[in-house]
Amino acid sequence: MQISVRHVDKITIFDVSGDIDLATSPELRKALLRELKELRMPRVVVNLQAVRYIDSSGVASLVEGLKASRDVGSRFVLCGLNTRVVEVLRLSKLRSIFEVCDNEEQALAP
Amino acid sequence: MGQGNLLLKMELRSDPAMLSVVRGALTGLTEGLGFSGPECRAVVRAIDEALTNIIRHTYHGRTDRPIEASFRSIRVRHNGAPKAALEIVLEDQGARVDRNKLHGRSLEDVRPGGLGLHFIRQSVDTVEFRHRKGKNRLRLVKFLPVAEPHKSS
Repeated sequence: MQISVRHVDKITIFDVSGDIDLATSPELRKALLRELKELRMPRVVVNLQAVRYIDSSGVASLVEGLKASRDVGSRFVLCGLNTRVVEVLRLSKLRSIFEVCDNEEQALAP
Repeated sequence: MGQGNLLLKMELRSDPAMLSVVRGALTGLTEGLGFSGPECRAVVRAIDEALTNIIRHTYHGRTDRPIEASFRSIRVRHNGAPKAALEIVLEDQGARVDRNKLHGRSLEDVRPGGLGLHFIRQSVDTVEFRHRKGKNRLRLVKFLPVAEPHKSS
């Protein structure tokens, strides 16, 4: 898994690629919680377009990010969901709890 | 219904870094057996989640403990008829698993964690667990796709 972080205005954008599993999800969780809890960014966007695999620990990291965003009053947006990610979110029945945008442009819109 | 044909056997360490290696090998195996794309991903997901559970819950995060994984082509009876299937058996020597805790959690409860067992049950046709001679043994079965009959002209 690779994570790159960009900041546009007061929005943090994570570009995540590769496999999110037990070995890598702690890194994602830590990065999300840093932007939300420590830096208190008002909006965090996670672009998952290049994710090849996500397991239950990866979904749990996203849920933690969502919960942290609610705690601090930020927006937590997922975008670029490919078939593999959609499949797993549907299986977890958690897709509806996330704010999901088709692409990054929509996720950055006011 | 016999032991079936051994297709692949792996001896792994309980290291999360091994998970991607296993997924790579299983993708090739399941594609070769004729599973569709979503079915291949389902089998790979089930095994990945099962290995994750072993690493986290029976070995408590230790990365040097043994896990054996075997994959067999078998025939089972399903609704009275014989059916071809892939059998996956995972064995570990970690803490004994409490069968009463193998129920996952309600999906209505939105919180991180506890999804792995749900993913396994949704992804394969049979999930069996037993503890014997100091080993936890998880057996998963996924029915092979039924070949389309050839159309005669």
